[in-house]
Amino acid sequence: MDPLLLSRIQFAANISFHILFPTITIALGWVLLFFKLRFNATGAEKWMDAYRFWVKVFALSFALGVVSGITMSFQFGTNWPGFMEAVGNIAGPLLAYEILTAFFLEAAFLGIMLFGFRRVPSWLHTTATFLVAFGTTLSAFWILVLNSWMHTPAGYELRDGVVHATDWFAIVFNPSLPYRLIHMLLASGLTVAFLIAGLSALRWLWGDRGAEVRATLRFGATLGAVLIPMQILAGDMHGLNTLEHQPAKVAAMEANWDTQSRVPLVLFALPDEDARENRAEIALPGVASLILKHDIDGVVPGLNDFVAEDGSPLHPPVAPVFFSFRVMVGIGMAMLLLSWSSVWLMRRGRGIEGLPRPWIYAFVGMGFSGWVATLAGWYVTEIGRQPWLVTGVLTTEQAVGPVTGGMVASTLVAYLLVYAMLMLAYLATLTFLARQAARHRPLTPDVPTPDAGLRALQPAE
Amino acid sequence: MMTLFGDPATWLPFAFALLMGGAILVYVVLDGFDLGVGLLFPFASPDERDRMVASIGPFWDANETWLVLAIGILLVAFPVAHGIILTALYLPVAVMLVGLILRGVAFEFRVKAPTHHRGAWNKAFFAGSLASSLAQGFMLGLYVTGLQMTWANLAFALLTSVFLTVGFSFIGATWLIGKTEGVLQARAILWARRGIWGLAAGVAAISAASPLVSPRIWDKWFSWPEIALLSPLPVLSAVLIVALWRVLHRLPMEGDRMAWAPFWLASTLFVLAFGGLAYSFYPYVVPEQMTIYEAAAAPESLIIILVGALVVLPIIIGYSVLAYTVFRGKATELTYY
Ligand code: HDD
Ligand code: HEM
Ligand code: HEM
Repeated sequence: MDPLLLSRIQFAANISFHILFPTITIALGWVLLFFKLRFNATGAEKWMDAYRFWVKVFALSFALGVVSGITMSFQFGTNWPGFMEAVGNIAGPLLAYEILTAFFLEAAFLGIMLFGFRRVPSWLHTTATFLVAFGTTLSAFWILVLNSWMHTPAGYELRDGVVHATDWFAIVFNPSLPYRLIHMLLASGLTVAFLIAGLSALRWLWGDRGAEVRATLRFGATLGAVLIPMQILAGDMHGLNTLEHQPAKVAAMEANWDTQSRVPLVLFALPDEDARENRAEIALPGVASLILKHDIDGVVPGLNDFVAEDGSPLHPPVAPVFFSFRVMVGIGMAMLLLSWSSVWLMRRGRGIEGLPRPWIYAFVGMGFSGWVATLAGWYVTEIGRQPWLVTGVLTTEQAVGPVTGGMVASTLVAYLLVYAMLMLAYLATLTFLARQAARHRPLTPDVPTPDAGLRALQPAE
Repeated sequence: MMTLFGDPATWLPFAFALLMGGAILVYVVLDGFDLGVGLLFPFASPDERDRMVASIGPFWDANETWLVLAIGILLVAFPVAHGIILTALYLPVAVMLVGLILRGVAFEFRVKAPTHHRGAWNKAFFAGSLASSLAQGFMLGLYVTGLQMTWANLAFALLTSVFLTVGFSFIGATWLIGKTEGVLQARAILWARRGIWGLAAGVAAISAASPLVSPRIWDKWFSWPEIALLSPLPVLSAVLIVALWRVLHRLPMEGDRMAWAPFWLASTLFVLAFGGLAYSFYPYVVPEQMTIYEAAAAPESLIIILVGALVVLPIIIGYSVLAYTVFRGKATELTYY
């Protein structure tokens, strides 16, 4: 088997698995801080119950994020040694800063956040929660700097085929960073909003009518409703930025073969790379030009501009980029519909009771829609930059290591088995926690009363 | 700043070798004890297991971050060596990673998953600790013998994998002696008494093997005056082992005196053994193939990391101390509230 293809599959499998958990922890950290602050301000027990439930989800997701992240940090060396040799002078400092400033911060305060409630003063516990949330966001910032730089490299020069940094400001704030960072942070917020709403809806279906579940279902729906328009706007701007820097990617996203004006917005099609045309196309004439150029007569570059003399394509594979993009945008639209209609239905103090049954089911169904959209978005971005690993500097093929296909294949199988098992266990455990909470039964027997001087609270675990 | 200490192409790689060595050492001691606690799982009763996990629960994540830092420094400071070493160790790295994954998630799952799954997660916790320890020992053996895959080297690596695993369970037991009381502490003392022999054999085997593998290392140890200057190292190690042996046979003492002594003695022993290894291999980062000076990244990039590291490391140490202080004393039940 081809080690390059296998290494790509392995890397894709590992990072796809990894990204799922940070996507939850980045935003959930802030949400927990919000719950804690609401409790501090109102003294309402429901916020503490919410904290108590979601901190467990956080701890579980964090553990999965950490172990899959450790795997990631070895992947560069085991699968892509050429990557560090070529761009190590830039990737190195960025990764180092992520470890030094973000990972240690999270790891050190995680213990206090999770287990320190009765050991430290309340302000320190709140601070620890803040620092963990801050650390996860910082970690996303650094890794997205690196990833964005790989898409839109800036501030470097090539000497003997090796990249050397010339301007660190330009490297960190490279052209696609602001868009990617904002889009990713919003994605994280949306993922968490729909996860919270989804699990709460599930508890509601199981007969939980407590104040906590009302508060969290409402919170999730509202957060989703606030974030989704921002995400659509940010996504649009992200696309415009990509059009400027990676036009071949956008052409693949739109399945637009010819450079033309009045480019139609393809709603559905089966892109055929051999025939270089779309089959079964359903399209709105001129709308893509309108979105991408804000002018119905705007000219947009097509895929046929990116073909080598000998006819081999210099653009990414079209179908995966095209379909992933539609999955992401489709989910975005579904999120908009569901969250806005729910907020409208819950108006006038009717609360959750205002939601018809189908809405409750829809929330359950959309519980993990953020994950799907996030993965789809990453596939657009990453497959869309092929054949480049670092645009214009290094191709994926140049970076692969001397490891044999058999070795990569065997470890790939091992990782996939472990991931499949962990995913099952994760989903089963979340459902189990929700069911337990719905039955209002403490998970484990109560523990001794809190130390004197600290806020007295019911132990939950 | 760059030229303050002379030619940056000389001192920067050295500074990074020190940083990386430091990170590996901290990792081996810290994750050594928490991997060790996992290795001792099968010997404990269910209640004791909860207590054992509670003794490392707040720390393990930060402990493993030192591994990420060490591998990160190898990656960023010696990119070429990073590729050579990790592709040579491809399979044991994968085994270690799968082990670390199983173990890391078992911490959470064993208390959150449905009760009838708990036994399975306990097994995963042990199996993960075992796989990571064995894999790390195996990599150590291969590295010491120069990353050459001959049958003799593989056999040696098998040996070191067993010794390192015993060493980890030993330091894990000494951690438990300090962190627990009563029956569990008494058991930990017994575990440590047995484990000490594995540790001593491991240190001796590695010390004997490395000079035999390479004439260069032989000369570094057995020529005059080095042999005299270095003699305190083996002597001190022997003294430490004897001291450990004696302390372990006196424990537990009245009022829990000396409960932390075994852990500190064992840590010092790890430091000495590591120092000896580092001395043997300097200036090579890939044994006998590539020195730290040949493998180093561009000075402009290294200096940026170094400045950051010097600013941030004291802060990291600061909040690590805070975390250990908050959770000092005997391990109690871990609760979220
Ligand atoms: C909850 C998740 C989510 C949702 C609902 C959306 N996105 Fe997205 N999208 C992401 C999560 C995401 C992401 C995972 O965060 C990506 C991958 C890499 C990145 O920068 O963001 C992404 C990438 C991404 C890209 C590729 C950028 C590149 O070329 O590198 C574009 C053009 C858009 N998005 C546009 C949109 C539009 C127009 C949306 C309108 C509905 C949308 N996204 C909804
Ligand atoms: C932000 C940090 C990231 C970095 C530094 C990064 C870097 C890389 C590298 C080195 C490759 C290997 C070359 C290749 O196969 O194309 C790659 C490919 C890939 N990455 Fe990313 N990546 C990042 C984020 C992500 C995320 C979050 C995902 C998904 C959730 C993702 C999905 C993929 C996929 C699917 C491929 C394989 C594409 C293909 O083989 O065509 N990446 N990325
Ligand atoms: C190629 C790329 C990547 C590598 C090498 C990597 C590495 C790691 C490592 C080693 C950890 C564990 C840190 C600890 O010990 O606490 C981690 C956690 C984390 N990573 Fe990644 N990562 C990568 C991609 C990403 C991406 C694309 C994101 C998000 C945008 C991300 C966000 C995070 C966050 C927020 C955490 C901490 C929270 C958690 O573990 O859930 N990482 N990563």
